[in-house]
Amino acid sequence: MGKTLVEKIWDAHVVKRQEGFPDILYIDTHLIHEVTSPQAFDGLRKRGIPVFRPNQTVATADHNVPTLNQHLPIQEELSRYQVDMLTKNCKEFGIELYGLGHPYQGIVHVIGPELGITQPGKTMVCGDSHTSTHGAFGAIAFGIGTSQVEQVFATQCLLQQKPKTMKIEVNGELAKGVGAKDIVLYIISKTTAAGGTGYFVEFAGSAIRSLSMEGRMTVCNMSIEMGARGGLIAPDQTTFDYVHGREFAPKGEEWDKALAYWQTLYSDEDAQFDAVLKFDAADIQPMITYGTNPGMGIGISEAIPATVDQPESERPSYKKALDYMGFRDNETLLGHPVDYVFIGSCTNSRIEDLRAVASFVQGKKKAEHVEVWIVPGSKQVEAQAKEEGIDKIFEEAGFMLREPGCSACLGMNEDKIPAGKYCVSTSNRNFEGRQGPNARTMLASPLTAAAAAVSGKIVDVRELLAEYDVV
Amino acid sequence: MKKFEKLTSRIVPLPIENIDTDQIIPARFLKATTREGFGDNLFRDWRYDSDGQPKADFVMNNPNYSGKMLVAGKNFGCGSSREHAAWAIQDYGFDVVISSFFADIFKGNALNNGVLPITVSDSFLEKIFDVVFADPNTNLTVDLEAQTVTINATGDSFEFEINPYKKSCLINGYDDIDYILSHKVDIEKFEQTRHFSYYQ
Ligand code: SF4
Repeated sequence: MGKTLVEKIWDAHVVKRQEGFPDILYIDTHLIHEVTSPQAFDGLRKRGIPVFRPNQTVATADHNVPTLNQHLPIQEELSRYQVDMLTKNCKEFGIELYGLGHPYQGIVHVIGPELGITQPGKTMVCGDSHTSTHGAFGAIAFGIGTSQVEQVFATQCLLQQKPKTMKIEVNGELAKGVGAKDIVLYIISKTTAAGGTGYFVEFAGSAIRSLSMEGRMTVCNMSIEMGARGGLIAPDQTTFDYVHGREFAPKGEEWDKALAYWQTLYSDEDAQFDAVLKFDAADIQPMITYGTNPGMGIGISEAIPATVDQPESERPSYKKALDYMGFRDNETLLGHPVDYVFIGSCTNSRIEDLRAVASFVQGKKKAEHVEVWIVPGSKQVEAQAKEEGIDKIFEEAGFMLREPGCSACLGMNEDKIPAGKYCVSTSNRNFEGRQGPNARTMLASPLTAAAAAVSGKIVDVRELLAEYDVV
Repeated sequence: MKKFEKLTSRIVPLPIENIDTDQIIPARFLKATTREGFGDNLFRDWRYDSDGQPKADFVMNNPNYSGKMLVAGKNFGCGSSREHAAWAIQDYGFDVVISSFFADIFKGNALNNGVLPITVSDSFLEKIFDVVFADPNTNLTVDLEAQTVTINATGDSFEFEINPYKKSCLINGYDDIDYILSHKVDIEKFEQTRHFSYYQ
């Protein structure tokens, strides 16, 4: 019987398989950042051991950094301490750091791909759940906790149970104004936020194939939001073209060897998945979330499902979520006023996202009462945006282009949405308080977010696209 | 890691589903660089109002409920991979979390820190909530060796599953690094067999 893509990559990385024990899985690349690493470094010190393979770990500072005036010392004391600690630890243990001020600095899941560190067939981990992003290249990539960060430091391996596999196919053509973010929000709205738990998900089908690498990263990024361990997409010409020529991509003969191997990375025809789901791209509208987990999403023209239509045991949580958001049963969100728009995070802060937003807002202005933050995913994205003049378009529109970091995705730095305010956000989580205590988050695509910014309310971006005939 | 054998304790009931790690420990408390002290901010925004005053209606502020076991609704620990969630739970004094479903990463993090996540059936979870809401003094016994959790007042018992390796780690107080390091030779051999190196 054939193998799934996950099985192929997994089996190629098993150092030891022993009955009754999880596999010892070899990790090719380890990414770290300031928040989930200090306790792991401390652990090494306590054990008196070094990092086993320091050149297979790359570090950046992203979660906690300010997104204004990055050239100045960090104001907030605890954040500064955490970032300084990362610098000190990387130095002590011999790890490459792209810290603040470095031209490669940025959100860990944005810089891996853009530097060519992320490659098909690899196993990659990071102390951050959205490590699943890297699966877009046909890699096994997943988030780990700090104890596991310490494991990888100490051994370049992890103890892991082989996961179950799920295939999600999306076939057909996407409508204009509907993109990768809408696909994944749609899928999660169908599977619920726990529907993928225990699985590694392979995304397939013609609608997935037609996505750019950026779009594929958006989809895999949010696979964790359906509870999955990770998501991945078999590499193809789109993947190889993206990786080719990047800083840390294989070169010359190494490239040929790597490419020959990468071309074997797909699920065999007769491979068995533990679960298969199929969706039709034509059913997908621009999506928006109305609740406090990413599974609570609807098509932009749809009404919020009624509490009585939820399974009985879930009604109290459901009602609590609607109360938190200030929404009612059967309400539609079209026309609902918006206070903030956040375009950023490892889900949607790549150059393609910024380009899409820029081409939409060109010549328009933000609604007066709306505050708009654009936070590029990395220094390289920021530089590219400036080179293409995108920064000017944002400036004219009244959008604020900030410096790279996780920013209002998790509100760890000062970029917080005030209590009770509505924010249309291109990030990946709408949990209570995620963007700041009592902030109300509505997740959507960059285009829908941009449309909200110029309209000052929730609108169907498809109608604006028809009106202005852009994109 | 401390050894886990058998525990009888009262419980803290939290019958809410999809409790994510941002609720367990909000991101703004992740700035510490050690593992200690997170318990003070466990469920921070549910426990305290914006002035830092305890919210009377939250179960952890209700003097009738206490204990070393937290019992929560389905899909506990979803969301971010932050191990700080497991540290906060442990630091506060919980040794066991019971739910009818756990998010993967949280479950692993809990086990790596000597906190035992126990998955029970929906109906058994209901039973625990019913009993504890009828009598806050009720207690449960968790026997890791036998893999059972028992409601002592009623005698109802549930046999839970746990990976045998993880079970032995908890019982013996070992961790994964000890185990993997004992296979260092295998790791080095494995590295030799890689056909090409596309590591940076
Ligand atoms: S942008 Fe948000 S989701 Fe992505 S790594 Fe940063 S905090 Fe995590």
